Parts: sequence; C-alpha cells; structure tokens
Amino acid sequence: MQKITRNALVEKAVAMLNDGAVSRVLGWRAGEFGYDITPSVFTEAKDIEENFVWNDFCGANFSKYLVAQTRKGEGKILVFLKPCDTYSFNQLLTEHRFDREKVYVVGIPCEGMVDIAKVKKLCGDGISAIECGEDSLAVTTIYEDAPIAVSTKDVLAERCLSCKSKKHVAYDELLGEEGEVLDSNRFDEVEKLEKMTADERFEFWQSQLSKCIRCNACRDICPACTCEKCVFDNPNSGAENKAPATSFEEKMFHIIRAFHVAGRCTDCGECSRVCPQDIPLHLLNRKFIKDIDAFYGDYQAGEEVGSRAPLVNYTKEDLEPSEVFERGDGANA
Amino acid sequence: MRKCSLTALDSIFETIAKSAVLYLPVDTEENKSEYKMWEKGAKWSDRLNTNKSPKDFFFPQVEDLMKFKVTGKNIELTDIRKAAEDFVVFGVRACDVKSFDVLDRVFLTTPTDSYYASRREHGVIISVACTRPTETCFCQTFGIDATEPQGDIMVWKTESELFWKAVTEKGEKIMSLIESMTEQCTEEAVEAQKAKTKAIMKKLPLANLKADAFGAGKTDEFFNAPEWAELSQSCLGCGTCTFVCPTCQCYDIKDFNTGNGVVRFRCWDSCMYSDFTKMSAGQPRLTQVERFRQRFMHKLVYYPENNEGMFGCVGCGRCLAKCPISMNIVKVMKAIGGKAE
Repeated sequence: MQKITRNALVEKAVAMLNDGAVSRVLGWRAGEFGYDITPSVFTEAKDIEENFVWNDFCGANFSKYLVAQTRKGEGKILVFLKPCDTYSFNQLLTEHRFDREKVYVVGIPCEGMVDIAKVKKLCGDGISAIECGEDSLAVTTIYEDAPIAVSTKDVLAERCLSCKSKKHVAYDELLGEEGEVLDSNRFDEVEKLEKMTADERFEFWQSQLSKCIRCNACRDICPACTCEKCVFDNPNSGAENKAPATSFEEKMFHIIRAFHVAGRCTDCGECSRVCPQDIPLHLLNRKFIKDIDAFYGDYQAGEEVGSRAPLVNYTKEDLEPSEVFERGDGANA
Repeated sequence: MRKCSLTALDSIFETIAKSAVLYLPVDTEENKSEYKMWEKGAKWSDRLNTNKSPKDFFFPQVEDLMKFKVTGKNIELTDIRKAAEDFVVFGVRACDVKSFDVLDRVFLTTPTDSYYASRREHGVIISVACTRPTETCFCQTFGIDATEPQGDIMVWKTESELFWKAVTEKGEKIMSLIESMTEQCTEEAVEAQKAKTKAIMKKLPLANLKADAFGAGKTDEFFNAPEWAELSQSCLGCGTCTFVCPTCQCYDIKDFNTGNGVVRFRCWDSCMYSDFTKMSAGQPRLTQVERFRQRFMHKLVYYPENNEGMFGCVGCGRCLAKCPISMNIVKVMKAIGGKAE
C-alpha cells in the first residue's frame, strides 16, 4: 500500500491544471483488471478524476517520456516521480536530453511496487480485479467466490526488494515524507554470478540470452537509451539487425547495450520488468555498477545533475587497465 | 472418440515421438510455459498460453532462404530448401489453432510460400481444449470456441483422463499409432467438461467484448479516429506485441555477409519499428501514431477486408499480458468502437 493517497495526487494534478501552472499531467491510467496500468498524458481535470490511478502497480518510470513530451505542446508538463525515477530524471538532465524548465516534478514516496507475475503465482488465473489495502492485496478471480488476500511484501517486485533509495534526488515539490538512501542488497545476485566459473557464467548467460526475441522492449523502456537513432535500427550502421542471425549476435545486442549504458544506468530495473521472456537483464548493468564502484569509488548515476561518471572522467588515481584485467579469473578468461 | 488415463500420457508421447519430432509446452522456471522438443521425462504443461505462440513451428523468427556466392562476374545461387521433417505439436489451444488459418491465408495463397507450405504439410496439430481460461482471454469475441479447438486431433482433459478425437486424415494416422494405449469411449465426460468451461467463459472479464463494429469496409470510419493519438502516446515502439502475437506475419528479408558469400534470410519484422517497410524514400509511416494504428487496423479492418470478414486477431491475450505499458487491442477496441455491452 502506498502511503501517499491517490486523492492527494489527483488534487495536486487537478489544481495545477485548473490554474494553468501546467498544461498536461503525466500519470497512470486505469486498465481492465486492476494491474494493467498505462502511462498516459492527461489534459482534462475530469479525465484525471475518473481515470487516474495510483496504487501498487504504478511501476512505470516516466522520466524517459519527458524527452518526447517536452518537445510537444504548450506550457509545462507535471510529472509524478517516485524516488528511483528521479535518478533517471537527473541522468537525463546531465545528458541534456530535455528542457528542465518545461517540467514540474512532483516527488511522491514509494513503498515498493508489486510484480503481477508473483501475484499470479499465488492466486492463479482469472484475475478480474485487485484492491490494494494497507499491507495486503485483495485479489478477485473468476475462480474463487471471495477475494484472495495476499501479503504485499510477498509479491513485491525483485527490484523493490533491493531498493537503493527512498530519497528523491530531484523535485519541485514533494508530497508526503522524504525517505533515506538505503543500504541495499542489490549486488547479492551479481556476487553469485561472480562466484561461478567462467564456463558456468557463460552457460548462465547463454541460456538466458538465447530466450531473447529481439523485441527491443528493454532498450525502448530504458531511460539511458535515448539515442535518436539506435545503431540496431539504422540500416547504414552495419550493425542493424531485427533478429539474431547467429547465436553470437544474440548475445552481442545485450552486451553492447550494457556497455553503452555503463556508468549511466541508474539501476531503475525497467529492462527486467518489461522483458517478455523474463531475462534478468538488470544483472548485466549491476555488474558494471559494482565494478565501477570497486575500481573508481562509489558512484551512483543520477544522484546529482552534471556529475562526471568515472568512465568519462580521467583522474590520476584511476587504475590501470592491466589491473582491471588481472582481477579475478579475468586473466584466464 | 477414444480416451486414456493421464498417467498413460508419457508412453503416448514416447510412441508419437518415434514417428515424428514431438513438441509440447513445458513449464519454465518463471512459472510460465514454452514449447520444447519432447524427450524422455519431459512433462506436458497444462498452463493456458505459452510465452511465445506456436507460429514459430511454421513461420520461424529467423530462416535462411538461399545462398549466393560471387566469384568474379559469376553469381552462384544455392537453393537450400529441404522438405520439412515430420513433426507433431501437442497442446495447442483453440486460439492458436485458429491463428494457423490466419497465417495460411497469407502464406498459402498464390504465390505460395514454399518454406511455410512445407512445414504446414509436414506438421500435425494436436489441440487441447481449454479448462481454465484467464482474464486476458477473448477468443469468443472472434467466434472461436475454446472447447472445440480443431487442428488434426482434438483433446479434452478432465481430472484424470484425456479424450482424443481425430479431425483430419493426418490426425487419424497418429490415432492409429496410439490405438492400443487408448480405448473407445462415449462423449459424455467431454460434454460435461465442455459445459463447465463454457460456464467459466461467460464469467471472463472480457466475455462481452464485441468486434461487430469492425471488419471489412471500415477503413474510412476508423482511419482518422481522433483516439489513435491518445492510445498510442505512450507506446514505446518496441516489438513485443507483434513478436508474441500468433497472427502477426510481417517479415523482412536481408542478406548476411558471411565473409565467404551471402546468406539471404528472413526474419520477423514489426510494424511498430521505425525502419519497418523502409524504402529508398523512407518509411511510409512517419510517426508512432501511424505505426500503432497500422497494427490494429490490419487486424480489425484490412485483414477482414481481404479475407471474407475473418479477423486477424484470435484473442489469445498474449499482448495484454506482455505489453510493457499495458496498451493492447482490447483497449483499442473499447476506445474506438467495440465497446462491451
């Protein structure tokens, strides 16, 4: 259950629309079954009052939408950002991807979002409605007479279980209480992979990445992937491919993407959330984050606007490439 | 009609697999299912929908078409087509079986797609009637009966038994292979099972979704609908909906330089992509609004226009479950015309 209420968000949005402070509101629109929420640009107060949703299924990170949205329409756009979304917001500003003046950011606290796949695992098929309660969900299915109660903590998304921060790093106005940067266990899974032998690790990624259907959802949702024309979509790039022609290409796409966002990925976890094939793509990015932290000192992309990421910032203390190469079993790989 | 106990299924699979390659849905680690080749010990997953649709069996995501080799001014062309091997797909749901009809009308009309045709000819479909439809199901909207799933053999599942009925000659052949493992029976248990599923179908959230507003001749009515802009505004332009869709049939043909010649291959394409149908003059659909509209107009209007009113969607619900922003054909239908009663 989110501590800040839907009504507080709706009141804010309607008030700002009505007095002309903003012309549009980026928010979540209700779907058919309680969990299938669509990011949406609202322009009318009535529409907001009827269709705006704020509940445990509002996982979508809106920061990237600002790149396109700030280029159209008159006036400012109000955007609601959860703590982790604000890191992406700052990172995009660092990269000059949109005009800050065109956005009014309302920071909203987040208690973690629910993974519908986990709900389905517990409640089965035929979910027709979900009510988000204090610390549980009431899941109505066509197969049970009464709603099934599920504890929210049992169905939280993996990325929320290892939440890195409840603190907003950007906002014009904050609704509710500010949180803290957390000690998260987000590198635990990476450590498990590091402990594998090179062959085991290869096997792991081979089996995961071979599931890829090259739908590009991970790239298209990624706030760090904002190239106007991706090399993989550009017939003149020589790297364009709509499907992996070989098993090498299948891995290449994800590895190149991970390298491209290294030092810029804020670890928002959207890539893994949207993957239709359940590939844990965030682990590739987290490996880079962990290594950057280890080699160059702790660095969190998006924490501050304008910060120089270690990979693009030379200091005399930087370690030599040979030292990187010699770590672990790298020298044998 | 013949029946067998559920416990006999493994030996039935073993027998079928001796005559042809057998594929069936098996559970994945993520509580979902995926088609895999049968091997001893493989367990059939009774989950409703596989992650990816079975269209891969006839229209694989990537497929080599031919090879070229250039030596001086000489181009040598190698036809690499081979007749497909015999295969059997077990566990296909009614919606997915119907999707083969949709694909057939594209690939088997003259000029016939010989790659697709060969696989169609050599493939046997054993369908399984649904017993536990889910909220994303709306096959009823397109007149599909989940309890009469068609294909070459239809199978119904009850608590402890499976009931088999051959529909085509190809199906009869498979039935004869497993004759000793099944026994003749009446249709009573199946009728009861069908009634049970039909009662559930009526309770589905999308049970009353109608497609009547759509169909042939509706291009002018919907093409310039103002709703397209809003519906498509948060579309990422990814290809998830098209790639999990059992009826999406667009592909691109490309040449892959092996360094030692050229392999011409085709792969699935998506109307959501910025370089879809890109020509020398560019891509004809300049914005995501137009690309988004194309996908739904194709399924709901253009396809029926060219196919005696048959819709290009079978209501499997994969796009509902998989779209990163939960925008889908149901929301589109409700917004621009096919409102529920």
